[in-house]
Amino acid sequence: MIERPSYTEFHPRWHRTRVSTYWWLERWRYVKFILRELTSIFVALFVVMTLLQIRALAHGPQTYQAFQERLANPLVLVLNTVGLLFVLFHTITWFNLTPKAMAIRVGGKRIPDVLLTAPNYVAWVVVSGVVAWIVMEG
Amino acid sequence: MRRRSIVPFFWILFSAGGVVAAFLIPIHLLLFGLAFPLGWLDPPSHQKLLALARLPLVRLYLFVLCSLPLFHWAHRFRYTLYDGLQVRHLNELIVLGTYGGATVGTLVAAYLLWSL
Repeated sequence: MIERPSYTEFHPRWHRTRVSTYWWLERWRYVKFILRELTSIFVALFVVMTLLQIRALAHGPQTYQAFQERLANPLVLVLNTVGLLFVLFHTITWFNLTPKAMAIRVGGKRIPDVLLTAPNYVAWVVVSGVVAWIVMEG
Repeated sequence: MRRRSIVPFFWILFSAGGVVAAFLIPIHLLLFGLAFPLGWLDPPSHQKLLALARLPLVRLYLFVLCSLPLFHWAHRFRYTLYDGLQVRHLNELIVLGTYGGATVGTLVAAYLLWSL
């Protein structure tokens, strides 16, 4: 039996300069990058909150009432405020990436970035309004 | 035949989840996380909200709202751990924790919305 060698995805190098774990603190651009990546934690926390809310909703009015009181806890409010700021950062950075993801050319020239990002913001406002209206009036 | 990579599949989930999160999470979080608990707006009653959530289209909407952003988190958080903490040697454990977590979350969402 031949034992198969294990390959790494990367070419092994004998000498590697050690990069500090805190490399991203060196420049504001890097910090922004890490902050953007960390928005994902708050996205996941939102889903956990929503799943707990759906569960409480299914359990009946008293459980739902208790859940709502828990959301009014100052600590939870602080967490949700921080979460909202991070999620907004995700939205803005995501929308602003659109021109980089789709480089549309008209007559050989790239169309200005704002023409690609602006519709996102307009659609976002409309969608948010529709969601709010359905939740409140539904 | 060359085996197809699974990476593009996860990237599509990441990207679709990013769109869903960008458009929908802020308003949901603003309403349920701040506006209702702080009394800025009157929250819908339990009965009304339950009736709304039980509509088939709303169940589907809530499923998408929960599932896709979890896969977005999984992908992004996985690479944050690699880049931020340089822990690529824990690859298997991280993959299990992130995509596994998103899969479990998706199943929980499906169960909760099905039995609502």
